[in-house]
This record gives sequence, C-alpha cells and structure tokens, in this order.
Amino acid sequence: MTAFSPSRLARRRSGSRLPDRLFRGSSRALAWALVVSLIGLGAMLLVNGWGAFATFGPGFVIGTDWDPVKNIYGALPFIVGTLLSSAIALVIAAPIGLLTAIFLAELAPRRIAIPLTFTIELLAAIPSVVFGLWGVFVLSPFLQSTIEAWAVDTLGWIPIFAGPPFGVGLFAAGVILSIMILPTIVSIAREVIGSIPNSQREAMYALGATRWEVVTRAVLPAARSGIAGAIILGFGRALGETMAVTMVIGNAQRIPQSLFDQAQTIASQIATTFNEAQVGIQTSSLIALGLVLLVITLGLNVAARVLVGRTATGAGGR
Amino acid sequence: MTVISTKRIGVLALAAAVLAGACSSAATPAPTAAPSAAASGVASGAPGASIPLPPSANVTLTGTGATFPVPLYDVWNDAFNFKYKTVQVDYKGIGSGGGIKAITEQTVDYGASDAALTDTAVAALPAGSKVLHIPTVLGAVVVIYNVAGVDLNLDGTTVANIFLGKITKWNDPAIVALNSGATLPDLAIKVVHRSDGSGTTNAFTTYLDTVSPDWKSQVGKGTEVKWPTGIGAAGNDGVAGGVKGDANKGAIGYVELNYATTAKLTAAKMKNAAGKFVAGSTAGVTAAAEGAVASFPADFRQAPIINGAGDATYPVAAYTYLLAYQAQKDANKAQALVAYIYWGLTDGQTTTGGLGYARLPEPIRVKALQQLHLITVNGKAIWP
Repeated sequence: MTAFSPSRLARRRSGSRLPDRLFRGSSRALAWALVVSLIGLGAMLLVNGWGAFATFGPGFVIGTDWDPVKNIYGALPFIVGTLLSSAIALVIAAPIGLLTAIFLAELAPRRIAIPLTFTIELLAAIPSVVFGLWGVFVLSPFLQSTIEAWAVDTLGWIPIFAGPPFGVGLFAAGVILSIMILPTIVSIAREVIGSIPNSQREAMYALGATRWEVVTRAVLPAARSGIAGAIILGFGRALGETMAVTMVIGNAQRIPQSLFDQAQTIASQIATTFNEAQVGIQTSSLIALGLVLLVITLGLNVAARVLVGRTATGAGGR
Repeated sequence: MTVISTKRIGVLALAAAVLAGACSSAATPAPTAAPSAAASGVASGAPGASIPLPPSANVTLTGTGATFPVPLYDVWNDAFNFKYKTVQVDYKGIGSGGGIKAITEQTVDYGASDAALTDTAVAALPAGSKVLHIPTVLGAVVVIYNVAGVDLNLDGTTVANIFLGKITKWNDPAIVALNSGATLPDLAIKVVHRSDGSGTTNAFTTYLDTVSPDWKSQVGKGTEVKWPTGIGAAGNDGVAGGVKGDANKGAIGYVELNYATTAKLTAAKMKNAAGKFVAGSTAGVTAAAEGAVASFPADFRQAPIINGAGDATYPVAAYTYLLAYQAQKDANKAQALVAYIYWGLTDGQTTTGGLGYARLPEPIRVKALQQLHLITVNGKAIWP
C-alpha cells in the first residue's frame, strides 16, 4: 500500500536480514529434500528388487511366466497389460480430450467455458476406487451386454475381437482409464492452446481465414508439441493408475490374446499380491516390478515436460 | 448364543490338564545362552498339571495373518479378554502370506496362516529360531457356481480340467457324466479365481494337485499360482461377486466354506476318495481330519487332510494355524500367549461350529496342546 522508500527497498534486496535467510535456507532444504526422496525411492526399489534382476537378468523384463509355485518371475505380461490398457485409454481419450480443449479454448463463450472446465477438472477429484465401483457395477455389465457382445458376434473371427465377453478385462480397464485421464489431457491442452499468442490468430483472420482454418492451420501447429505433451502426461497417469484398473481388468497374469481378454497391470499386480507374497524372491520381484513402472513413467513424464515446455517458450518467438 | 457354557469349560480344562500331565517334561534345551533369570511370572502352579494362566500384569498380544479365521478369532479374543481381564488380544486379518511375513520379521507376537510355512519360508526365519505351527480349527473350500436349476456334482479331475481351461462348456461330456438326469446348458464356463495370495487358494490347488496329474505338472500348488485361465478377483467376496448374479451366468469359483455358508452360495457336491458325492460341511471336514490323524506329521506342516479316506469325508479341507516362536523374548507376553492358545484349544473349540468352522479332531487337539509345552522364555519352559 505505502510506497517503499528506495533505501528501504535496497535493504530488503540485500537479503541480509535473518528471517529472509531462514526462509531461503529452509525452502531450499525442503526443495532438495524432495529431490533426495525421489532418488531414495529409486534406490530403495533398486536395492530391494535387486534379487529379481540378479536371479533372472533380462529374463525378468522379457519373461512371460509369473509362477509363484516354481518361483519364476517374468514381468512381460504386466508390462504388456500396463501399456495396452493405457494405450486403449489414450485412443479413446486423446481425440475427445483434444476436441474438448479446442472447444473450451477457442470456441466456447466464457460463460460456458468456465463452468465446463471446472466440471471436467472435477473428474480428477473423483477417487479411483469410486471409478472402480462404477466400473464393476455399471460399466463392465454394460460393455459386456452391448459393445463386447456385438463385437464378439460380428467380428469375433478377427483374433483381437475374440470372446467370450465377460465385461471385465482389458477393454473395460481402457475405457475406465480414458475417463480418468481426460481431465489431465483437457486441462493441459487447453492451457497450451490458450498460450498461443493472439497475434497468430489475428494474422490468419486478417488473411480472411475461417475459424476452422485458424484452429487447424495456426493454433494447432503452434501448439503441437504441447498437445503431444498433454497426451503423454495422460498416458503416464494411466500407466500408474491402480485401484480402478484392479477392479475391472480381471487380474489374469498372462499376455492378453484379445481386446476383451483379461489382463493385469504392473501397479495392479503389486497391489493385489504384495501382502501375501512370500519373503524372498517373490517379494523382490514385486519390488523390481515397481522399479520397471517407475522407469517407464519417469521417462514418459520427462518426455512430456520437454514437449510442453517447448511450446510454452517457443510459441512466443514465432 | 456365544459365551461358552462354564460346565463345558470345566470338563474340557480337566481333560486337558490330565492329558497335559501325561506328557510333560518334553522341555527343550535353551538354544542360546542367557541365564535362567526372569522367573518372575513364568510357570504358575505345579509343573505339568496346571492350566497355563496369563500374567497378572496387563498385556496386549498382537497377531496378524489369515483372513479366513477372523470371525472366529474375534469371538475368541473377546471371550478370552472377558475371562482374563489383564490380556487384550488384537488380531488383524491381512492374509496368510502377510502373517508369515510378520512373524518372520518379528513385528507381531504371533502370526496366523492357512498354509504351513514352506521350506523357503522356514529358511527365511531368523537364524537359530523355530516357529511352531499350532492348528486351531479346520476350514473347507467349496466350489460355487452359477448355473440355474442344477444341483451340481463334480469330481477333482473335472474341476481341474475346468480350471485348466480344458473344459469350457457346461454341457461338456465330463460334467454330464457326473450329473445324470440334470439338463446342463450349452453355456461358456467363466472361471473365477483369487487374484491375491490366499490360504483358500492353497487348499484348493493342493487338492487339484493331489487328484489331477495334469494340474500337478502344469500349475502345482501354493497360496498363489499361475492360473492358465480365468478372471482374478480379490478375496472370498470378490470371487463370490464374480460368480453371483445375472451378468455372471455360467461362472464357477471357489470360496471358504464359512463364507459360502454365511453368504448362502450354491456349492457343488464333491466326489471324495470313497466315490461318494459330499457337500461341504463342518462335519465332513472333521471327518476328513479324523481320517488323517494317523499320518499327521510331527512338525504339523503338510497335514494330510486333502482327499482323505471315509464315506463322509469332504475332500477339500485345510487346517488353519497360529504361528509362534518357540523361544520367546518377553516373559509376560509369552505367558499370555500360551494361556491364550491353551484357551483356544480347549474352551475356544466350543465356539467353532456356529461360525462355520470345523473343530479339531481330539487326537490333533491333544498334539496341538503338547506344542505349548515347547514354548520357552530364556530357555525355560513357560508351561512345563
């Protein structure tokens, strides 16, 4: 409120006062603590899961048998289940999310865009287990009697649509994941599109372009890598999702043979079997699974951040 | 309804005391050094002829493990606390594997499991220590199904072939042959199994492993196996949920007998070793246990109760165990633990039936009580 005299301002800037130094020191310590805890987490997984890598070598990642009786652990069925269920989610959620984001950022009037954005972001606040219950009681019986029954009857001769339709399985998991990752894709894509400078649009309009041309020729190309980042972040969210997937994927520890087959994801496998796992190689294999998931999601997140960042900085200069 | 008749308690306690007297002095030598001090509250009463009583100090025992006996242990713990105010017993059902893990890591005073420790699990115990297996009650596993209007008869080979994915339709000749007169639909079989490790799975797969060579070579037995087909669901209720209802027509699964009883699920009659079709029941399980008494192993692991002899025997049954270290560290807790298990094996046995558990056959109960004599603190038997 009251203007600072130059001398007071200078004294502030100097940073010599004790509260400032305390504040700076403690925030720095906490920031580093986060980094250290991430490294510690990875180290914990590596140390405790080392037994699995030492015993099975690369066979742990490419092995297809997860057999607690013979104590052979290969993670491939879960890696495949994780990637496939997330990929299905992406195929469904990416176009819907992108169109929604374009609508919210470019087309909708404010009085519609604001409440709609708020509602979509609320989806992210719904607990995973609630999605799971909905999946068990509503979604999978619905899919079983409609889409799956139809696909198996008419397209069943194509291996990926082979039945029988049980409702729970890879497809149901993908559908539920697509709903769960929509808020991530929509909100990031909307922000990225919104960050494209208006001069870009105005230049197009000045050339007599239609709204469709403005969006497809000016906005989307400029926002391209940011949108890709939004989609990859959604993918990353789907990869690690546990509870809802566990409840609808069918928990089958084998590589799925069709879209409607049962499968298992890494996160779901850890959650369902860790409590009962035998001390020793089974436990360390589950921890090693966690490390595999961490590596996949970290890699994807880094890639996505780089892409999102490129749009945010690059757009202004163009 | 619960709260056990006191007369019965007296009789049982007397019987147990007599039995205990007959087999004392099985005391074990101290595995490690440590002077025999701390004789504070240990050994109450005359050696050999007494009932083990809890210490006068307040003690809380914590145990964790199998979910199958939770309803029973809840009743036990309340009744025991009602009788001996000083002891509070807390039991958490987290699963048999969790119980084994907890006792291995010594984070609890006792563990509980539906499956005995495997050799691998025994090797993982702290060096020089020994865990006692003390059977408390028996449970059975029943095969539940969702086919309207059929009272199903099944045998081990057929169940194995269904869970192997070799039999995929309800009107398969193998099922029809076991159910003469019944009309079986041309319906796909939906197999539902446990996704979490479980003592129920252990009992079920041990049975299939015993009766089906194909199952033995392709899958084997354990708390968690590599299922060749089917849908995984968590817990007895998860499996029941995957079998019940219109959306699950044609489903088959397996759950604990007591769960099937309380949830009123339709279960198949199973063909036993004598060729008779028997429905799962506590009587059928006790019959199975009685038939196998002679070959009961000394360390209580791998109790041969699966597919036992006898007309009334139900073939898929299992003991559930409490797990406790033979050499205890805390004198008060050890004393309370011995008193608690003793109580469970005597008075506690009378509460089993109403909850859907089968009580121990008498010879096994006596053997289990003898295990308590082996428990020591600082090398000194708590109940000599």
